[in-house]
Amino acid sequence: MQLSREQMLQAYRRMKIIREFEERLHIDIATGAIAGFTHLYCGQEAVAVGVCEHLDTDDKIVSTHRGHGHCLAKGCDVDGMMKEIWGSREGLCKGKGGSMHIADVDVGMLGANGIVGAGAPIAVGAALAAKLDGKGKVAITFSGDGACNQGTTFEAMNMAVVTKAPCIFVFENNHYSEHTGFEYAVGTQQDIASRAEAFGMRVWRADGTDFFAVHETMRELLEYVRAGNGPAAVEFDTERFFGHFEGDPQRYRGEGELDRIRETRDCLKKFRASVVSAKVLTDADLDTIDAEVLDQIEAAVVAARAAPRPTSEDVLADVYVAY
Amino acid sequence: MAKMMYRDAVRSTIFEAMERDERVVVLGEDVVGGMGTAGGPEAIGGIWSTSTGFYDAFGPDRVIDTPISESAIVGAAGGLALAGKKPIAELMFADFIGVSLDQIWNQIAKFRYMFGGKSTCPAIIRMAYGGGFNAAAQHSQSVHHFLTAMPGLKVVMPSTPEDVRGLLREALRGDDPVIFLEHKALYGVTGEVPDGDWTIPFGHARLTRAGQDLTLVATGLMVSRCEAAADALAKDGIGCDVIDLRTTSPMDEEAILDSVEVTGRLVVVDEAPQRCSLATDISALVAQKAFASLKAPIEMVTAPHSPVPFALELEQAYLPSAAKIEAAARKVLGYR
Ligand SMILES: Cc1ncc(C[n+]2csc(CCOP(=O)(O)OP(=O)(O)O)c2C)c(N)n1
Ligand SMILES: [Mg+2]
Repeated sequence: MQLSREQMLQAYRRMKIIREFEERLHIDIATGAIAGFTHLYCGQEAVAVGVCEHLDTDDKIVSTHRGHGHCLAKGCDVDGMMKEIWGSREGLCKGKGGSMHIADVDVGMLGANGIVGAGAPIAVGAALAAKLDGKGKVAITFSGDGACNQGTTFEAMNMAVVTKAPCIFVFENNHYSEHTGFEYAVGTQQDIASRAEAFGMRVWRADGTDFFAVHETMRELLEYVRAGNGPAAVEFDTERFFGHFEGDPQRYRGEGELDRIRETRDCLKKFRASVVSAKVLTDADLDTIDAEVLDQIEAAVVAARAAPRPTSEDVLADVYVAY
Repeated sequence: MAKMMYRDAVRSTIFEAMERDERVVVLGEDVVGGMGTAGGPEAIGGIWSTSTGFYDAFGPDRVIDTPISESAIVGAAGGLALAGKKPIAELMFADFIGVSLDQIWNQIAKFRYMFGGKSTCPAIIRMAYGGGFNAAAQHSQSVHHFLTAMPGLKVVMPSTPEDVRGLLREALRGDDPVIFLEHKALYGVTGEVPDGDWTIPFGHARLTRAGQDLTLVATGLMVSRCEAAADALAKDGIGCDVIDLRTTSPMDEEAILDSVEVTGRLVVVDEAPQRCSLATDISALVAQKAFASLKAPIEMVTAPHSPVPFALELEQAYLPSAAKIEAAARKVLGYR
């Protein structure tokens, strides 16, 4: 399916926002300005955006510890997210959650998650709710190559099949779970999608660094799931450009690996090359977006720095609705 | 006598046990690190650097790098132990215990009892617990209170490198399942560790400060905060007993009661929220068995009844501090 010019510009802008959001965090974390554990999504932008461009706010997603990209792609507010990561009481989660727990149920984003593998069962529940509502909505769980080894993921896949839940298991294979290679930890070797297949669902596979491949794959897959065929799964082959967490020395990487993936597997570079050579967008179109996004991120950081801090009185707020 | 960091005490004690006893096996996520990568095995050696060098020394059959599968890791430790091995499983963050709780609570803790005393399950489950890193609600928790409540488990909370050595050796020597809780903020703490083949028996508290006026009881990271409070009070001529329980199951009741009988005043410090906690447990013990000695109501300095918050200011407000302990102590001392 051909995307319109507007759709392409929007997709590029979304990917670029994620990229610059993360590149900026990388800098501000290194200086110690931001506390906590942060896992950057840089490199995987085409997956989050290629998936979420098909969704509206009534479709739900459940994310992971590496959740900023999913949140931004699903429509979480850039300023609200930046403030959250800086720990402000004006953050999306009032400074209670931080990087690993960003959520905004109003836009269908049911939470990043600090527990690997916790998301898949939650997505099954959200999918069952969508099935009850009968409006053709879906729930999507993002899982890594590491999370696919968790029993919760297996249970969720089987339960989704058994209950015919409109649940989509998106596996982002970035080849590493923390410091361990997926070839070691995933027993099926080189392949996650076949596991989902073995549970009885239809699966897709695509290059996760190619926005157009992700987008087209998801178009097909969503058509299938929205039509009431039950769950489906997709494996995207992708790359993470930074360490597992900020501060990771990355001794597990091969020599020149980071340079090579930044050079040949960068979804933004690939997007630009393909739209410019096909003459559907110009370098100037994209350069304009680049500049606007940089300004937007700078403004978000300025706002986050100046935003009010929480106080000790806030600790006990929101443990319960009523107590 | 050697000076070493808490994390090195963990590592060297396990290493020494693996050299001595072929039954000792280590398993967990990234306990080797770098498996299946260009960097190769030992690219990390455990995220807390508590198993660095193990893989090269003992190989893949005894240093088992696992997928992210806490339920299977803990369950396998149980199976290894029932089958005659001495597994040491690492759960990385204590918070991940949730994923594996059945294997700890319904399986490992109960085998011996359910099987009429015919089996032993000497599995050691290690994990890093505690707050102070702005790691938020799923990477900062204390879990000792609910594990202490489970019959069949022994629960160990070393606060110094020396105690790591002695208590870990004791865990390895025994035949019961042991939960070994290492506070994240203590890994980098350095201390003297005596040479020789010695252990610290479970259920024996350590008196880290001695005084006649007030009793402070704590575990893990909270011990040093009690010491700081005690040192501040000492400047005003107030003497505190600081009791480091070392193990919460079994617990050294005598040490607490003996101290309170002298001081008559008690502050219990616990990093976990207060409801159904170690703090309430100790308070109940003293109320029941040392009531006549008490000169003031017991004070508890604990976390509030909420998950651990992320932001700096919130987490600071959440965690017990030396200042909060000192304030509670002054309140108890000022009673009547
Ligand atoms: C239950 C649980 N176990 C372990 C961890 C520690 N941990 C955090 S992320 C991670 C690796 C996850 O790998 P993957 O699913 O491939 O996601 P990626 O980091 O590559 O995005 C691990 C082991 C955790 N957070 N939760
Ligand atoms: Mg991964």
